[in-house]
Amino acid sequence: MSSHQQRDSALRAETQGEAWVRDFEAMMEAYEKAGGRSDLLQVPKIASAVISGNRVLAANSIEGVSIEAEELENGVRAFVTVAPGTRLDYPVHLCFGVIPKEGLQEIFSEFEIGEGAEVGFLAHCTFPNAVDVRHVMDAKIHVGKDATMRYSEGHYHGNLGGVEVLPTTRAQVDEGGQLESEFDLVHGRVGRLAIDFEVDVAAGGVVELVAKANGSAEDEISVNEVVRLNGEGARGLTKTRVAVRDEAVSEIYTTAEGNAPGAVGHMDCTEIVRGAAVARNVPTVVVRDDRARVTHEAAIGSVNRKELETLMARGLGEDEAVDIIIRGMLR
Amino acid sequence: MENNVLLQVDNVWVERPGAEVLRGVNLNVRRGEVHALLGLNGSGKTSLALTLMGAGGYEPQRGRIIFDDRDITALGVTERARMGLTLAWQEPARFEGLSVADYLALGMREPERARIEGALEAVALAPMAYMGRAVDTTLSGGERKRIELAAVYAMRPRLAVLDEPDSGIDVLCLDDIMVLVRRMAGEGTSVLMITHRDEMAEVADAASLMCAGAIINTGTSAEVREYFAQRCLPHEDQLGSQPWGEEAGGTYRRVVSEGADDE
Repeated sequence: MSSHQQRDSALRAETQGEAWVRDFEAMMEAYEKAGGRSDLLQVPKIASAVISGNRVLAANSIEGVSIEAEELENGVRAFVTVAPGTRLDYPVHLCFGVIPKEGLQEIFSEFEIGEGAEVGFLAHCTFPNAVDVRHVMDAKIHVGKDATMRYSEGHYHGNLGGVEVLPTTRAQVDEGGQLESEFDLVHGRVGRLAIDFEVDVAAGGVVELVAKANGSAEDEISVNEVVRLNGEGARGLTKTRVAVRDEAVSEIYTTAEGNAPGAVGHMDCTEIVRGAAVARNVPTVVVRDDRARVTHEAAIGSVNRKELETLMARGLGEDEAVDIIIRGMLR
Repeated sequence: MENNVLLQVDNVWVERPGAEVLRGVNLNVRRGEVHALLGLNGSGKTSLALTLMGAGGYEPQRGRIIFDDRDITALGVTERARMGLTLAWQEPARFEGLSVADYLALGMREPERARIEGALEAVALAPMAYMGRAVDTTLSGGERKRIELAAVYAMRPRLAVLDEPDSGIDVLCLDDIMVLVRRMAGEGTSVLMITHRDEMAEVADAASLMCAGAIINTGTSAEVREYFAQRCLPHEDQLGSQPWGEEAGGTYRRVVSEGADDE
């Protein structure tokens, strides 16, 4: 923890008590492990929120970005509003986590991105000690006309596998808007992951959904994404990268609908399977306009032989080469 | 085997589903030599390259491969690479999330930034522009080929098999490739350079001509280039490509050895 953070923590300890300090410090440590920079969560000009269990440990709104959070019995309800035309130099930093071994965390969030705004979100979710933790995310996203929202969520789960992550998102991208969402769960055990994401895209809008997960042991990974390209010239991409080994199971269901002239959608899925793991990919293509086009590509199975032999021809052992290919794919 | 022979391919036969792709290949590459392997498309050059590297599906049914006085016929790709044999693929694989710098470093025993930069410069790529880029589909075919050559050069192998290093590369850059090949030889790497462009063989010390899965001619670069230019290139359309049946193979050999005009 930086000296700035230590001073801040001491100040808050006086006003909010030792329990807050303990929770906050534990979250900061976990946040660092999850790949975040904890010092940025306390920079005044960076909008941020820190939520541990059902406690809002910190919420920093800045000009153009309002973060309101309300504590519930088992979680938090949060409203994030970005004013029209807002352009941020730094992404909004969000930190969610459950530090104890057991717990339920339900996050109900609404993101309202005003017309013409351009904003990034960097979210880290951390459950380092989880033995029986359930993390439910229920998000609603509205990206206004000509606005851009980039949302990146990284998870750190520890190695016990006792986490259930259940994110559900319903999004609307207005005319000319852009939504990029990336979900990474590549550090620690997955446990059980079930992503459910549906998005409607208006004319000229663009959506890109990226999901990456690395499953082992008895992990269960399920991704269900639906992209409805409803407006003329709307474009959508789903990109899924999953590696499973041992007895892990991965099921990827993606749907892209081309419902308007000039709509273009593509689904791209790669799943690498090792050991007794099982992977399934079911892409669904729906086209309701003869000027729309939707495509899909999938590679499911072992590591590509040519990629493997190319690295082995540099002197790498097979296992080492596989690790490099998987790490690269999930990067 | 002569002491100065680094690679000896001795009567190697390889059968793939539906075709015999190598039919008794005999080939020697000497230490420090640039050896050009010429042949039309489909003559078996890439099959030989993959067989030398030990790629899956290219295990010889007959014959043996001796590298540095050791029989490597049964060895896997990694073991061959660790002995100093490597391959620059004709169409190199792409890797998501792997940077050019990391890719080059993989084959180096002691990765050095200066050597990585030098290898990229040797293939006319600006290090600052490429080191951080991913070896993925954002690279053009020509860029990926050059990076493959740079990776082989950075590795400093004892024998580099370069499978058509000139294909997909701008004609203006061919000189760079030829200079690199000579530089590799000058620094102690023997090179087996596969090509169907006879002018590329200009930099070679020796050459062999491959036809219908076999080496049919070996000699100086000039001799084999002339043979190739006069006997093979004019009849490319007639010679066809894999798989060869007995009849097609016979036609191939006859045309190449006697000339189509003699019919």
